[in-house]
Amino acid sequence: MQRYYSVGSNMAATDETSALLRSFECEQNLLSRPDGSANVRQGDTSVLAAVYGPGEVKMSEEIIDKATLKVIFKPKIGLPGCAEKLQERLLRNTCESVVLAVLHPRSGVNIVLQVIQDSGSLLSCCINAACMALVDSAVPMKCLVSAVTCAVMEEGRIVLDPDSKQEKESSAVLTFAFDSRENNVVTCSTKGCYTPEKYQECLSACGAASRNISSFFRQAVERRMSKEL
Amino acid sequence: MAADFKTAQPVEYYRRFLKEDVRPDGRELGEIRHTTLNIGSITTAEGSALVKLGNTTVICGIKAELCNPTAEEPKKGFVVPNVDLPPLCSPRFRPGPPSEQAQVVSQLMADIIENSGVVALEDLCIVEGKLCWVLYCDMMCLDYDGNVVDTCVISLLAALKNVLLPEVTVNEETGSPVTDVEKKLPLNIRKCPVATTFGVFDDHYLFTDPTNEEECLATGVLTVVTTEDNKICCMHKPGGTALSESRLQDCINRALTRAEEVRKLIDETINSVER
Repeated sequence: MQRYYSVGSNMAATDETSALLRSFECEQNLLSRPDGSANVRQGDTSVLAAVYGPGEVKMSEEIIDKATLKVIFKPKIGLPGCAEKLQERLLRNTCESVVLAVLHPRSGVNIVLQVIQDSGSLLSCCINAACMALVDSAVPMKCLVSAVTCAVMEEGRIVLDPDSKQEKESSAVLTFAFDSRENNVVTCSTKGCYTPEKYQECLSACGAASRNISSFFRQAVERRMSKEL
Repeated sequence: MAADFKTAQPVEYYRRFLKEDVRPDGRELGEIRHTTLNIGSITTAEGSALVKLGNTTVICGIKAELCNPTAEEPKKGFVVPNVDLPPLCSPRFRPGPPSEQAQVVSQLMADIIENSGVVALEDLCIVEGKLCWVLYCDMMCLDYDGNVVDTCVISLLAALKNVLLPEVTVNEETGSPVTDVEKKLPLNIRKCPVATTFGVFDDHYLFTDPTNEEECLATGVLTVVTTEDNKICCMHKPGGTALSESRLQDCINRALTRAEEVRKLIDETINSVER
């Protein structure tokens, strides 16, 4: 087993500007049992994702013309509740829209996400980790998905990839996931109140940042392939 | 013949209709089903509302109880929403613990209440650190024909506007709360959130207010919740077809118009109810 480690250096945040993302790190194939695994770190936020499948699926959950996707979201502390169910649904639907499930009928793909550290932008980190783990497991996908969180501060400033302190001080937190082909919005989840104009502003800011993440994903895979050859 | 075709090829059946810019139930793509509202239908609850959106029926009852605020937030009361999707409303729900769908909708309701600030939790405080109200908002779906989120939000808002809370005073000597049933006060509703759900079919057609069949066939859904000051308080798009910026903006504009209509309906109904 070989681990593959990549760091997004071009995205490291500096003090003078908050328009950049925090340091972005990704480690693939670090667990031996799952078919694919990845650890994505955005600043101090860290999520470990594992993918099992395509494999056997429970009879009751079997879908005859495509694979059944299942996401298990494990919070850092405590038992998963209603809020985690909503997260799971969001993550599952996001993955479903990029995985080519029709190629594996009557089988199951399980994605397990373990939160290691939550210091802001957790949802986007989860989506990114799930995507990288899927890539690592070689489940067929039509495109990649990259997620970015942004926070609208009280004075109207937009901060990309906020930490938990910034999230707490902000008036709204928006998370977007984009597909890597046309950069359209796959998933959107928001907290707090904001105007439609601010929404568009956040959307274009996150869209631009997601291109960086997409190209980082591409680099990570390329680097890995070149090592394997 | 048409029924056979629909059973055998549901997607193709829908496609044929949508090509002509009409839906099988006769609606246009942007048309919303008839909304019926009955406020104050449950006399034993502090506030209640029954909403019908086409066939989808949701009844919301609000019970108020007295409790102690938490030590962290001594000035705040509680609003606890719960959505029940019983086996009665659709064959896809089984008896037993709440289904995933019920949990997801409940959580979405909790998020909408928190994000929009429909009720300020400070208003529910009676004695700081000692006594506050907890509002149990139970929404029960009686008929599940799609778009249960929009229906739940309307029923919740209408029921909250219908809430009358008795005045509570604390007995100086015993320290126990005394409720004055004669004197009832309405709840201060700060914001009026209204949800609008859109469905995407075949990665191209965008339609509002999907029915159950349409929800099953849709390649993606999007829910936009707006308040009366033209702000968005929840934008929920759980995966599905990727949408461009311009289409999202189109959805927001349509949601703002729809919200205006619903608010008018609720206000008219509230005014017609005798107290």
